[in-house]
Amino acid sequence: MFTAETLQKFDREVAKYPADQKQSAVMACLALAQEEKGWLPAEAIEAVAHYLGMPPMAAMEVATFYNMYDLKPVGKYKLTVCTNLPCALSGGYHAAEYLKQKLGIEMGETTPDGRFTLREGECMGACGDAPVMLVNNRSMCSFMLPEQIDKLLEELK
Amino acid sequence: MLEIEIDGKKAQVPDGSTVMDAAQQMGVYIPHFCYHKKLSIAANCRMCLVQVEKAPKPLPACATPVTNGMKVFTHSDLAVQAQKGVMEFLLINHPLDCPICDQGGECQLQDMSVGYGGMKSRYQEEKRVVFHKDVGPLISMEEMSRCIHCTRCVRFGQEVAGIMELGMANRNMHSEITTFVGRSVDSELSGNMIDLCPVGALTSKPFRYTARSWELQRRRSVSPHDSLGANLIVQVKHDQVMRVLPKENEAVNECWISDKERFAYQALNSDQRLTKPMVKQGGEWREVPWNVALDYVAHGLKDISREFGGDALAALAAPSSTLEELYLLQKLMQGLGCGNVDHRPRQQDFTSDGKRVGTPWLGMRLAELNNLDAALVVGSFLRKDHPLIAQRLRQAVRKGGAALSLIDLSADDQLVPLHARLTVAPSQLAQTLAAVVKAAAQQKGVELPAGLENVQVCEQAKAMAQSLIEGEKKAVFLGNAAQQSAAATQLHALGLQLAQITGATFGFLGEAANSVGAQLAWALPTGANARQMFEQPRQGYVLMGVEPEFDCANPQQALAALAQAKMVVLFSAFKHEPALAYADVLLPMAPFTETSGTFVNTEGRIQSFAGVVRPAGDARPAWKILRVLGNVLDLEGFGYNTSEEVRDQVLGGASEFATGLDNGLNGVTLQLPQAGQGMERIADVPIHFADPMARRAPALQRTRDAAAPAARMAAATLAQLGLQAGDLVRVRQGQGGAELAAALDEGVPAGCVRVAAAHASTAALGEMFGAISVERA
Repeated sequence: MFTAETLQKFDREVAKYPADQKQSAVMACLALAQEEKGWLPAEAIEAVAHYLGMPPMAAMEVATFYNMYDLKPVGKYKLTVCTNLPCALSGGYHAAEYLKQKLGIEMGETTPDGRFTLREGECMGACGDAPVMLVNNRSMCSFMLPEQIDKLLEELK
Repeated sequence: MLEIEIDGKKAQVPDGSTVMDAAQQMGVYIPHFCYHKKLSIAANCRMCLVQVEKAPKPLPACATPVTNGMKVFTHSDLAVQAQKGVMEFLLINHPLDCPICDQGGECQLQDMSVGYGGMKSRYQEEKRVVFHKDVGPLISMEEMSRCIHCTRCVRFGQEVAGIMELGMANRNMHSEITTFVGRSVDSELSGNMIDLCPVGALTSKPFRYTARSWELQRRRSVSPHDSLGANLIVQVKHDQVMRVLPKENEAVNECWISDKERFAYQALNSDQRLTKPMVKQGGEWREVPWNVALDYVAHGLKDISREFGGDALAALAAPSSTLEELYLLQKLMQGLGCGNVDHRPRQQDFTSDGKRVGTPWLGMRLAELNNLDAALVVGSFLRKDHPLIAQRLRQAVRKGGAALSLIDLSADDQLVPLHARLTVAPSQLAQTLAAVVKAAAQQKGVELPAGLENVQVCEQAKAMAQSLIEGEKKAVFLGNAAQQSAAATQLHALGLQLAQITGATFGFLGEAANSVGAQLAWALPTGANARQMFEQPRQGYVLMGVEPEFDCANPQQALAALAQAKMVVLFSAFKHEPALAYADVLLPMAPFTETSGTFVNTEGRIQSFAGVVRPAGDARPAWKILRVLGNVLDLEGFGYNTSEEVRDQVLGGASEFATGLDNGLNGVTLQLPQAGQGMERIADVPIHFADPMARRAPALQRTRDAAAPAARMAAATLAQLGLQAGDLVRVRQGQGGAELAAALDEGVPAGCVRVAAAHASTAALGEMFGAISVERA
């Protein structure tokens, strides 16, 4: 299911916890699985669950709970826009609208060229930098006003 | 002890109690949904909010530990306001259409909304819709919009059933209870989730929309399906059993029953019921009145007895027959001069007959299972043979940290962490248990019992012995397969040895509902036993509640013997095809719901029950049929008026627990059997084929547990035979064979093939644990 490299990374995560609490590594392992596959098909979730000796449904609960896990294929770049209150008050709402219009897609959709997926996100803990966006779950972009967004999209093209 | 005051009433409660525990102890009712005394605390429904003195906000009673001197108000303005608020929230997304909900009338949400809900909803917006799910033939998840996310079903799976099949996917208002990508719920205890669900989200698929709870009469009964003797509430409408629910009895089944006990009732109303006495004359089956049938039987049996002697007759009863039935059957046969009576159709080894000190039983009370520190179970398909005993052992491991070890024939997942496990071929069972005995003797430094000098001790055996020596409360149990194996007596003797060396209790996990009761009722051979009566064919057979093609250790041999007999009388609740061929008289007997009777469960608990509905058609309770038959035959002592008279005669004064229970064994020397040669068969009795009712319950027959048997082998065995999983193979035993699909099962020991018994496709085979050949079909 997974490459040797990913499995090695799994082991590193598992080693962080006591041997009888392997399932503590479920979030990290799901993230690694997603990194390899691009998204999380049910088989990947089940494989992670088996690896950690937990019921597949328990891993599924985790995978469906958090926004950063993609249960459907996504575009090359996943843009997650925070629309929680502090961001929304400082332009996050407009940032989301601007992105939708610019990319011609709704929240949760992917552009026809498979480049961008748009997601609504929850608070990323950087309200002072509002509005904030996350690219591919990893890189945080601050103060995303329209011109910043244009620049970002240009870079990612 | 802590002092607490709830609504002005003072009480002392143990340390660590929650406010909910204290309230229950004091008889104060606090509304709740997610709290359940047998499950962990989730505190997610918030219905149990109460006011606690000095706490600024209402607190959930189920999750608030009692502190000394705590004052709690469950009906203060603050508490009631909080509870009403929670109720309003719960009803926001819950459909307000109780009249069309299957749970209507027995719904906790409905009841509580009467107490705490508003007269009308203030919520005008759209309600959320949750899609239905298909999780198998037993649980209906058609109306998941009704779910209030208490997660009782999820916790039940995790904590009681041992397998988390349901979970809560997604988050906040998108949360929904579901299985992993559309899988079914396959646990043998899954039906309990229906009871646990406080709303109409999980309902019983077979029962759905067939009756309203207020139309049903609730009557007590006792389960005939396994040796636990679960207490049941059988719900009846218009003299028909509509539903079976658990009756809480902490000492027996707690508040659970297995799916087999819950859904087997479907067979009672099936068109396969035998409702008229039938006699075969000139190869034609005719329905006849009772007096004709009984005269025919009486004459037939008397003629055989007169002409060939009583030894030409034999009687075999199902071990799930009632005490009264078994007693009267053996009395009738004795009256005909026949001592060939038995109730152990699956047993092969009878050498312990006459050497047992008393009646074999569990060796302890069921409730003590939960407190064991160490247990060794030998030869059992534990979860499927004894779902609720397995559940108790699971709790012992989960909560008490018990060390559970298994010596078994297939490494099926028992859904419990095991201390040690040895999975061996049937012929190796005794050797393996002997290894544990030897390890224990060595570790204890006591003299090695004679006959075990050459036994090899492995690490797992040492670990098992050690856990049994170290624990304070410990037990060694023999399961069904051990009792059915060819080395049953040796295993019994070895078990006793091990118990003696380690100071453990030795016991049997009883095979059927009345395995203990049958011994008390003297349904034991003074002549030929269940094996000999078919090995040396008789002229006449009386069969009660057994279906030899499924229930006998060697169905091939049994059917051959029946085919040559002059007369075969079958007491049965069901008309079934093979019986029409071998039987000469079919007497419709009442199943447990239609007769009074008594079961003595594996812990020796005497449980009598009354019939809950009238017998179907002309069916009659078997004890009455036997009484009349005794009278027709002019036998002494058949003047009983009630089944209670029979019971009292059998059990003397014993009321709660039977007397004479003892697992001791006299005069058996240890003599380990030789290792088997060639391919061995491992035959489990699949849970939903184990008794005549379950076999005819359509919903149970659609579960995964009722899948048609395959020839299951380990990869090495498959390779050795040049087979691949999925290949059609022909298995043979003696004259008979069966064509089955080969399946890969790494849990089966090498050199063995697991072919289930008790199924039509394998009924032509022989010994359950005998030699078998496998070849490509």
